[in-house]
Amino acid sequence: MSVRGSSLEAPGGIRAWLTTEAPGSGWQAACGRAYLGWRAFARNPLGMVGLGIVVLLLLCAAFAPWIATADPTAQDLSLRLQPPGAAHWLGTDRMGRDTFSEIIYGSRVTLYIVVLVLVIAAPIGLLVGSSAGYIGGGMDRFLMRITDIFFSFPRLVLALAFVASLGPGLNNAIVAIALTAWPAYARVARAETLAIRRSDFISAVRSQGAGSWRIIFRHIMPLSLPSVIVRATLDMAGVILTAAGLGFLGLGAQPPTPEWGAMISVGRENILDQWWVAAVPGMAIFIVSLGFNLLGDGLRDVLDPKMR
Amino acid sequence: MSKPAAASAREIDASLEDRGGASPLQGARRLLRGGLGLLVSLGLTFFGLLLITFVIGRLMPVDPVLAAVGDRASVATYNQVKEAMGLNLPIWRQFLIYAWNVLHGDFGTSILTARPVLEDIRRVFPATAELATIGIVIGIVFGIPLGVWSAVYRNSLLDHVMRVLGLVGYSVPIFWLGIMGLLVFYLQLQWVGGPGRLDVYLDGEVPTVTGMILVDSLIAGDWEVFDNAFSHVILPATLLGYYSLAYICRMTRSLMLEQLNQEYLITARVKGVSERRVVWRHAFGNIQVPLITVVALAFANILEGSVLTETVFAWPGIGRYITTALLSADMNAVLGGTIVVGLVYIGMNLLSDLLYRIVDPRAR
Repeated sequence: MSVRGSSLEAPGGIRAWLTTEAPGSGWQAACGRAYLGWRAFARNPLGMVGLGIVVLLLLCAAFAPWIATADPTAQDLSLRLQPPGAAHWLGTDRMGRDTFSEIIYGSRVTLYIVVLVLVIAAPIGLLVGSSAGYIGGGMDRFLMRITDIFFSFPRLVLALAFVASLGPGLNNAIVAIALTAWPAYARVARAETLAIRRSDFISAVRSQGAGSWRIIFRHIMPLSLPSVIVRATLDMAGVILTAAGLGFLGLGAQPPTPEWGAMISVGRENILDQWWVAAVPGMAIFIVSLGFNLLGDGLRDVLDPKMR
Repeated sequence: MSKPAAASAREIDASLEDRGGASPLQGARRLLRGGLGLLVSLGLTFFGLLLITFVIGRLMPVDPVLAAVGDRASVATYNQVKEAMGLNLPIWRQFLIYAWNVLHGDFGTSILTARPVLEDIRRVFPATAELATIGIVIGIVFGIPLGVWSAVYRNSLLDHVMRVLGLVGYSVPIFWLGIMGLLVFYLQLQWVGGPGRLDVYLDGEVPTVTGMILVDSLIAGDWEVFDNAFSHVILPATLLGYYSLAYICRMTRSLMLEQLNQEYLITARVKGVSERRVVWRHAFGNIQVPLITVVALAFANILEGSVLTETVFAWPGIGRYITTALLSADMNAVLGGTIVVGLVYIGMNLLSDLLYRIVDPRAR
């Protein structure tokens, strides 16, 4: 109870306002919590590296037209399979497309996949897990049985089967990956829900007459969200790798969309003499997956209440 | 991939805690109930497997009847074929027929090979089994000791190296690593054999007994074939082994760390037990049971990884069978392959569950 009174007047200004032990409003408390979380996260160098990589990916995707040196779909057969050099920083592929520009534009595809999978799978997982955990009983057994069944499939094979039936294409690949991603989030959300459903504040809300769905949506799901986000971040590397695998097999994004997995498959044809055509997109996938893995590890250390 | 396993190992541990001290009769009853529960859950999982593959089969935007008769067929022919394919029946009847067929090993006929899918799978499965077995052996032989040492010498150089190797393993696309491996070790250095299971001139040299060429060549006593097959299998198997090594090592490390903090180890040390015995006999002895689950999961992951690896290495296994079928929209083959892989998955879970019950007296 050292910091008291109006914190804005205290020395240190904004930092003191953020770290005060007696926040004046819920908003201030939320900002303060975010700030402390950020400070804990910033102490983890590997997590910061991961964050840096992900930010770089975001920047590449946002400013692709300004960063890229050429149109990623422009073909020039007179300049095919050029080695890396001044004109083409990372060389060209067998259609004479500029690899550097393809990689830069490919970051948009990767981001598109990651965001859409998250937007589809996380709410499903959150809803299924929270409902199963809060309502319990038969509902719990039923929902968790479905989750288990999805878990008893190898993820890539299930995604392959879905794409086989839906047809190749980027959006179908995304749907297929999302369909295989939600069970993991459901398990996490359920575990979180089980931990908080007996809390006093839940009883308090219930005694005020709140219904099950109100409690689940307004009180359980917001609290389960951090764990699901961490789980999802850790999962993003897996999503990227699965998407790249589908692209490699020719089932994901179709040419001329510059997708990194598909680029590897193109470069594979000329692996002996022009190895960089396949090597570069692989490195891009590796770096971005690594970034998400590092970021996820760092986030888990900060957000996971059990680690605190 | 490691998260559910970590959770499950811990969950199992937690659920074991309240099982101590039961009378033999109670124990037997519990075992029976556990066995029944296992059967029920197995049946439900299998039912789910059938349901999902059935739904996937029906999702197809292409009209299967039209695909079979062609778009110039008359309405009468169309209806006749539709009836013959059972597609005019209510959907639940169709599902029952599908389930009945699958239960009898009838996955339909592959469009691509014009043979029953089951026959195809029986032919390609040994290749995958060979690859996956060598992979998991590499993963176990290196992963477990490295994991134990990483835990004992925590934060040492070895621990850091293993952590980096693990991170790389979780982040690098396996098919890309395969391509690069082929480039370096086959095309450039020529240390290993190329894609495929054998050099072409040795194809069909030894009679097929098990379908695993390494075993078959040993049976035939043909060392040339064995050597050649080994040079072909070693790179993809090492690759798969690396992925399971990273996973097994990480799990072994965290399981060991839990044990190394326990007080019974202090007791053992105070009694004068050598450090080596403390680590390998006392601490490691206690993690063997959860390690079974870890290894089973690692094996299942290898099966998944083999889909892409087989494609890169032209390895004629079930993964390549599925992907080849995929590209020609051969749904029977895709679904048959998916069911078989799913069954192996379920089987691995069941096996680890059973071994668990046998090895750990508390679980009986």
